[in-house]
Amino acid sequence: MTFKESRRQTFYMYLFIAPWLIGFLVFALYPILASLYYSFTDYDIIHPPRFVGLANYIEMFHNELFWKSVVVTLKYSFIGVPVQLLLALGFALLLNQTIPFRGFFRTAMYFPSMVSGVAMSLLWYWIFNPQIGLFNYILSWFGIHGPAWLMNPDTALYALIIMTLWTAGTGMILFLAGLQGVPASLIEAAKLDGAGRFKTFLHVTLPMLSPVLLFQLIMSIIDSFQVFTQAYVMTQGGPNYSTWFYVYNLYTSAFKEYRAGYSSALAWVLLIVVMICTALIMKASDRYVHYEGGGRK
Amino acid sequence: MNTVPVPKRRAAFSGSGSKRKASTTQIISFITLIITTFIMLLPLFFMVSTSLKSKREMLKFPPTFLPESWQWSNYTEIFDTLQFGTLYKNSLIIGVVTVFGTLISSALAAYGFSRYRGKGNQLWFMLLLATMMLPYPAIMIPQFIFFSKLNWIDTFLPLIVPSFFGSAYNIFLLRQFFSTLPEDLFDAGRIDGCGELRMWYKIALPLSGPALATVAIFAFIYSWNDLLAPVLYLSSTERFTLPVGMASLTSSRFRIPPWHLLMVASVLAMVPIVTLFAVAQKQFVEGIVLTGIK
Repeated sequence: MTFKESRRQTFYMYLFIAPWLIGFLVFALYPILASLYYSFTDYDIIHPPRFVGLANYIEMFHNELFWKSVVVTLKYSFIGVPVQLLLALGFALLLNQTIPFRGFFRTAMYFPSMVSGVAMSLLWYWIFNPQIGLFNYILSWFGIHGPAWLMNPDTALYALIIMTLWTAGTGMILFLAGLQGVPASLIEAAKLDGAGRFKTFLHVTLPMLSPVLLFQLIMSIIDSFQVFTQAYVMTQGGPNYSTWFYVYNLYTSAFKEYRAGYSSALAWVLLIVVMICTALIMKASDRYVHYEGGGRK
Repeated sequence: MNTVPVPKRRAAFSGSGSKRKASTTQIISFITLIITTFIMLLPLFFMVSTSLKSKREMLKFPPTFLPESWQWSNYTEIFDTLQFGTLYKNSLIIGVVTVFGTLISSALAAYGFSRYRGKGNQLWFMLLLATMMLPYPAIMIPQFIFFSKLNWIDTFLPLIVPSFFGSAYNIFLLRQFFSTLPEDLFDAGRIDGCGELRMWYKIALPLSGPALATVAIFAFIYSWNDLLAPVLYLSSTERFTLPVGMASLTSSRFRIPPWHLLMVASVLAMVPIVTLFAVAQKQFVEGIVLTGIK
């Protein structure tokens, strides 16, 4: 590349990415740094921030509600994400076969995912209603007397996990797209070598699917660290803080108690945890994720 | 030549075996699918059915599968009692403008990253990927303070303006897609005297239908369902978005939540998304495959 050509390329690259670059500086980089600064201050948003050193971070570790929110969020992630991904993969495998009414089944499985956010929360709020709700009514068909779900501290979090399983359709679509990328010739080859269905899945399909799996694993974990809507609409973090999610805690500290400094410290801990998780998964992925043609640039 | 018969025989054997097996697995799969589909669709069915029940009937236990008397008036009542029309309109305005902003800014940035090997390309792209992992709650407090200094609180601006500066995830998707476009096309364009910006909208964009549709759908759904940012920025009821307005329906002002109306709201909240999918489904699925989320 000549000097002139390389300057031309640089010029046009910056011209095209300029909107993003400005956005990055204003809406990402500046807030991150500002948030770091606020996290060392006592700040009620109205009066100017007052520097307090590590006080917010020290308080956090002594704050019962902080630990409660960590436990609730981790429980939700470590139970909810794997189950949902397995379910999504299962649906995708079922629907990747030639089967009658395949199109209908695919649409039907995906449909619930279109009811996300507040609408879904309202719907399931009603479903989990202990007096008139659908869930306990159906359980009663099997002679099970269901609990009060969202009103019971022992079951509220599990109710929310059950609800998220309902949206496994999103993951299913991504897995289906991934499955279509598995060359039929490879599956044939495995069959010729005498591999059964399960072995073919384990040694051919799964490795070919691993990039989709990795992508979804990272995204779902990060998403699950940020649960807010369900807690805000359905439980307000209760009963007895059993659904006191991390971001709900962060939101309450900042916008209900007006402790933007403390809340920024919470935000930075979240940021660091998300970065560590991402890095760990990426690192582990070098070992088990297979990229077609040995990697993509 | 000696080894040929062995795999052949084995192949023939497992071939017929797997054919018989396939039919049993197919039957099992089919039954599993019917049961799971039933479970998945049941809440939706009740959502629609409850939305058509009377106030008295919605409190009945066990719940009735179909309404005893079909209260179509619920669908007009919600517009009278809850300013539903305003909520809907607000959400639509914000959604459409956001899609527009995201498409333009993300397609520009993605094009810049994929077509020009300028200095710093790799570095900025890594930073872009890093912001994909950036949780909104981590930056929302400084953003809130920033927008409140601009006097943008209780306007749509904080919800709309950032979309005009690109979103990492969508830039990534489009960049993956643009990288697959053959270089020859652009060389031909250049020979014809096409400027760089013109090549972007005359060559790259028209070829990117499925990818752009995917981005548009993602952006719309995200905006349509978002609760946290609107909750922070909007304070007067006539500017509420649909999610904020709906969330307020469960609040203490009703001793018994009006389930039938809540379900009407939920059904209506689904309408734009379902419509979008019905229109763009093929492009969307194609887009997911092409942009290589895999």
